Amino acid sequence: MSTARPLTATDADLQPTRSFQGLILTLQRFWAAQGCVILQPYDMEVGAGTFHPATTLRALGPKPWKAAYVQPSRRPKDGRYGENPNRLQHYYQFQVILKPNPPNLQELYLDSLKAIGVDLGLHDIRFVEDDWESPTLGAWGLGWECWCDGMEVSQFTYFQQVAGFECAPVAGELTYGLERLAMYVQGVENVYDLNFNGREGDEKVTYGDVFLQAEQEYSRHNFEAADTEMLFRQFRDAEAACRAYLQAGEPGPGGNDARHRMAQPAYDQCIKASHVFNLLDARGVISVTERQSYILRVRELAKACGEAWRRTEAGGLVGETAAP
Amino acid sequence: MPDLLLELFSEEIPARMQRRAAEDLRKLVTDALVERGFLYEGAKAFATPRRLALHVAGLPPRGQDVREERKGPRVGAPEGAVQGFLKSAGLASLDEARIVSDPKKGEFYVAVIERPGRETIEVLAEILPAIVRSFPWPKSMRWGAASREPGSLRWVRPLHSIVASFGPETETPEVVPFSVDGIEAGLTTRGHRFMAPQPIEVRRFADYLPALERAFVVLDSERRKDIILHDARDLAFARGLDLVEDEGLLEEVAGLVEWPVTLMGAFDERFLEIPPEVIRATIRANQKCFVLRGAPGPDGRERLANAFILVSNLVASDGGAAIVAGNERVVRARLSDAAFFWETDRKVRLEDRLPKLASIVFHERLGTQAARVERIAALARALAPVVGADAALAERAARLAKADLVTEMVGEFPELQGLMGRYYAAEQGEDPAVAAAIEEHYKPLGPSDRVPSEPVSVAVALADKLDTLVGFWAIGETPTGSKDPYALRRAALGVIRLILASEARLPLRAQIAAAAAGHGQEASGLAGDLLAFFADRLKVYLRDQGARHDLIDAVFALPGQDDLLMVVRRVEALGRFLDTEDGKNLLAGYRRAANILRIEEKKDGRAYDSAPDPALLSLPEESALADALRSAGAEAGRAVAAEDFEGAMRALSILRAPVDAFFDKVTVNADAAALRANRLALLNALRVATREVADFSRIGGEAR
Repeated sequence: MSTARPLTATDADLQPTRSFQGLILTLQRFWAAQGCVILQPYDMEVGAGTFHPATTLRALGPKPWKAAYVQPSRRPKDGRYGENPNRLQHYYQFQVILKPNPPNLQELYLDSLKAIGVDLGLHDIRFVEDDWESPTLGAWGLGWECWCDGMEVSQFTYFQQVAGFECAPVAGELTYGLERLAMYVQGVENVYDLNFNGREGDEKVTYGDVFLQAEQEYSRHNFEAADTEMLFRQFRDAEAACRAYLQAGEPGPGGNDARHRMAQPAYDQCIKASHVFNLLDARGVISVTERQSYILRVRELAKACGEAWRRTEAGGLVGETAAP
Repeated sequence: MPDLLLELFSEEIPARMQRRAAEDLRKLVTDALVERGFLYEGAKAFATPRRLALHVAGLPPRGQDVREERKGPRVGAPEGAVQGFLKSAGLASLDEARIVSDPKKGEFYVAVIERPGRETIEVLAEILPAIVRSFPWPKSMRWGAASREPGSLRWVRPLHSIVASFGPETETPEVVPFSVDGIEAGLTTRGHRFMAPQPIEVRRFADYLPALERAFVVLDSERRKDIILHDARDLAFARGLDLVEDEGLLEEVAGLVEWPVTLMGAFDERFLEIPPEVIRATIRANQKCFVLRGAPGPDGRERLANAFILVSNLVASDGGAAIVAGNERVVRARLSDAAFFWETDRKVRLEDRLPKLASIVFHERLGTQAARVERIAALARALAPVVGADAALAERAARLAKADLVTEMVGEFPELQGLMGRYYAAEQGEDPAVAAAIEEHYKPLGPSDRVPSEPVSVAVALADKLDTLVGFWAIGETPTGSKDPYALRRAALGVIRLILASEARLPLRAQIAAAAAGHGQEASGLAGDLLAFFADRLKVYLRDQGARHDLIDAVFALPGQDDLLMVVRRVEALGRFLDTEDGKNLLAGYRRAANILRIEEKKDGRAYDSAPDPALLSLPEESALADALRSAGAEAGRAVAAEDFEGAMRALSILRAPVDAFFDKVTVNADAAALRANRLALLNALRVATREVADFSRIGGEAR
């Protein structure tokens, strides 16, 4: 076709202030330039970017690690059938993890805001106390929510503990709420009006074009249709599988290789249990008292996986790891 | 005299921790100095979001010299003794010791040990790093590459630099030489994060403060608060509005900025349909902004204006237009949520929400909120006639009082509990007394909170608090020391203030039994202890009101005192009586009688508690006193029975003259044993008569 545009989109289309994807690409380039590996989303349903093994597991152990990635995040309870301009049951987080945190992490974060078009001479950026805790991951850290003109646009956390283990060294974690940031820099009031691809006219694709129908369908699913009997079963199955894989990954007796061999597959089951629990919670079939016990069960899995991970090479096991 | 300037520069310190941290820093440093003998003239500490700073003025350049003489062995003592002396005194040879002669002991060695006072800066270099390492942050963290190792420095957020200078005003100060986990103390700090990020060299406090101001940092939080408050009032005034002041919010906001810039934003007028308290809670909790009052509405009620005050940390290049626009967007989104809650909550009647309370546990050993509501409703109904309330209305109000806990609005803003219930009750056409009681049944929340006066509110408020107190008493969760997690002291004080304000006659023993029955408990096990708790709280309360606690003791020492209103009336009457000449004299006479009785009863090993025998009254003063006691005692008893405590005191006051005359003319310890015993019995009758109004033995000191 002679009307085909050049393969490289115009720079204007990919300005972070003009398109949702431009915002993502800009953040990726920015953090790539800081030495991060740019990963792709984890291929499982998770509630937040923190659940990606590139954060949860890699935050454990002594080895340095720098990564950045977009993570689709599912919060079944936040579904609003596409009718609320700010709330979504599926949204994108941009996640950065730097271990150990560099001394200038705050400055790097502010530079990244500049990169996506926030003029720091014009906007009021504030670091407001917000201590982060994930009861399901057995994790906590201190930090802030980052405000831009009174709106929370990011979470900034120094991980102190993950899966019940002290972080040594401490990792710095940044989580950008991409839709909110995009709404801000594009000057849009409704998330579904976001320009996704930066084109105009017939070629313009909005966030609504991509996700509105999905929000309606999944809200229906999350609140009305999700098969609770199946979900209860899946929770039990995932819990059992997690334990089984952890057991199966233990080093055999007699070998001189002390490494655990299946921490990551086991952790996948932990993630799965966590998401299934969120779905059950959205369906309102878990009572207040039961709720606590489910959270505790997922935490026990997370702790066991973290413990196994610390006995892997990436988890920092040194010493008698030489192959026989 | 030299000064110390210390600054600990870090990433953003939570606003709520700043004031306490500055105070801790001041106290830790000055205490450590004083402990080592270094006195100072003054010390002041400061905090901003990014720094703690301390100025200690008027320290000595060095500590006091110490001179000590140590006696040694006599001249010619054995070598071992000499060596031991040299070693302990730190001398190289005997040449450095003096020889002193003593007429008795002969000649012996004396070592003069002189220790010069230590340089203050040296001592500071010891004190300061230790304080930084063990600083009492409520929550602290590790960070960076150093956190690989155990025992790395902890601070509230990463600590970046330290300024520590010491020296007199006229000379160049010196850096206090120390470092903590690789951070070397120096003379370099930084200004405002965005407006003056360059390094700043400082020397001493006198130039530190202006250097920071030039770099857009107001060091003193009190000044930041002043600036915000004045600018906010001015902005409001210019628009004909009135700032709704909020000290807690002001304190927090001043801890979020180094350079406060106050701006005004607006929101759509249609949001003013939402209750003003909701608007305020939304804007305050989520946005940390102040709301404004406008002109009163057509109904004369106070109205909020559709504007708010925000405090930013930046002198923006566009004068703040983008900042205001951004904040307005967020406020709009939040108020839309609130409007949605206000809309949807009103679609469900409060009574239809009650089943949901059955799934909310109030306390694991005290059952669900639904069970609690049932108990409170029964109590409120029973209490209603006592406080002049309609029983049906009281029960209705109690039944609906907790329903708003399961509304969307209270879920989002727990601090609006009660208030939202009142709004929703009014909206669904409940009796105004019921609506008011739903809000007011939580009151009074503290010693200075308003006490409700509407009888239905009083009934439900009393029922709620009595149920809570008795419930926690029944499961043994009573306050100990500073621990009072269920705010039971506040609840008891609430009961006291409600009873006194409404002048309700509410003997507590019966109420405790009724509340205990609701919990399926016998009151016998807990009533005594809980009553004593009430007595304690009443004492604290009356003492705060200026009453003498000994008078409260004097009244509580009488049996069966569980009617708080009567206790207080009696204490008041007693206080007034003891302020009169008659009262003071009677108290003096009582004491004289009590002393004599104590001594004689002890001597004789018996009590003189029988009634005096009229046949043995030999002197006219005896007969006069006996007559007066008979009539005064009877009269006082009648008056007390009629709850006329003033009258009872008046009755006792006629005793003054006969008591004085008795002590004047009558020898108690007469030679004739029968006469003596009868006179002691007469004194005892005086003791008995006074007990009609109070236990006078508990009254302390001189009557004012």
